[in-house]
Amino acid sequence: MIERREAVAGLLKDRPEELLVVTGLGSPTYDVAAAGDVDRNFYLWGAMGGAASMGLGLAQARPGSRVAVITGDGEMLMGLGSLATIGAKQPANLAILVIDNEAFGETGGQTSHTGQTTNLAAVALACGFRKVITVRKPEELAGVRQLLLEEKGPVLAVVKTRAGELPRVLPERDGHAIRLRFKAALAKP
Amino acid sequence: MAGFSFADGDWRAGMFSQFKACGVQQMAYVPDAGHASLIRACHADDEIDCTVLTTEEEGVALLAGAELGGMRGVMLMQSSGVGNCVNMFSLLASCRFPFVTLVTMRGEWAEFNPWQVPMGQATEDTFKRSGFIVYRADTGEDAAAMTGSALRLAYDSNCAVAVLLSQRLIGAKTF
Repeated sequence: MIERREAVAGLLKDRPEELLVVTGLGSPTYDVAAAGDVDRNFYLWGAMGGAASMGLGLAQARPGSRVAVITGDGEMLMGLGSLATIGAKQPANLAILVIDNEAFGETGGQTSHTGQTTNLAAVALACGFRKVITVRKPEELAGVRQLLLEEKGPVLAVVKTRAGELPRVLPERDGHAIRLRFKAALAKP
Repeated sequence: MAGFSFADGDWRAGMFSQFKACGVQQMAYVPDAGHASLIRACHADDEIDCTVLTTEEEGVALLAGAELGGMRGVMLMQSSGVGNCVNMFSLLASCRFPFVTLVTMRGEWAEFNPWQVPMGQATEDTFKRSGFIVYRADTGEDAAAMTGSALRLAYDSNCAVAVLLSQRLIGAKTF
């Protein structure tokens, strides 16, 4: 079984300086903050369903930078149409990582669609993503890191993790402050 | 710009000129017949990256992402799409993202389809209650001037601005 916090920390360990990360609300925001509160992280605390679209707009604006969207299954399901939009645009620098615990973890752990019938990697592939993978074992995470950081996009990885709550790691939640910090990081020479 | 020119008298040419003058580099849209020539003009322009959306709320997040990366954008939609965006508008308010949308109106002038009326009538209030500055254009001249003003206001002063293109201006759709 993969532990999410550990997995995200490993995937972002010694991350390339150029990497830009957008997080989906809830646990993915806490997981990414726990891995290191880098000023090239943009944390969403709301706007559910918007993480992948935000990543697309950022990727199109910064074609020279790698953009990784790190989100959960519930957030991705709410923005399922954005996978079709991304497939149509074929951004070479965009990767999506779905931390999939098959549950709505913030609201009591109700079973999500991925715990029933929906296969998000298959949806992304059908939308025209270049490569997708789904992993369940820690030893498969090296392949996820390669996909997330290096392979030509659009790509999507689903990491199946244990359900259940972890201690919350809460980064800045004032959206304007997060935005200004992110933009200042990009403005540095 | 290769491969496209506006028909004589198409007031959308003035809106497009404002896109260029204000440095618009991304355009996101859910199509509407009233925006058709503007959409074609953007697609024909190598300096504007066009993204067709499955639903309007994607465009709100997309253009917020573009702004994070330093690009100006605009979203084209019709009034029926405004309600699809409401929670996503919280992204603009929470982070003070600049944002501009140009909205073709339905359900307000000689409308044939009753299903367009509820959202058309709620459009202006929905924007205002979501923190937008709202302009309404009744002439082609207004549409161009308001597009330019909306882009400057949004990107110079961190505002969300909607320009409503009245159904009387666009012409009621005939069935």
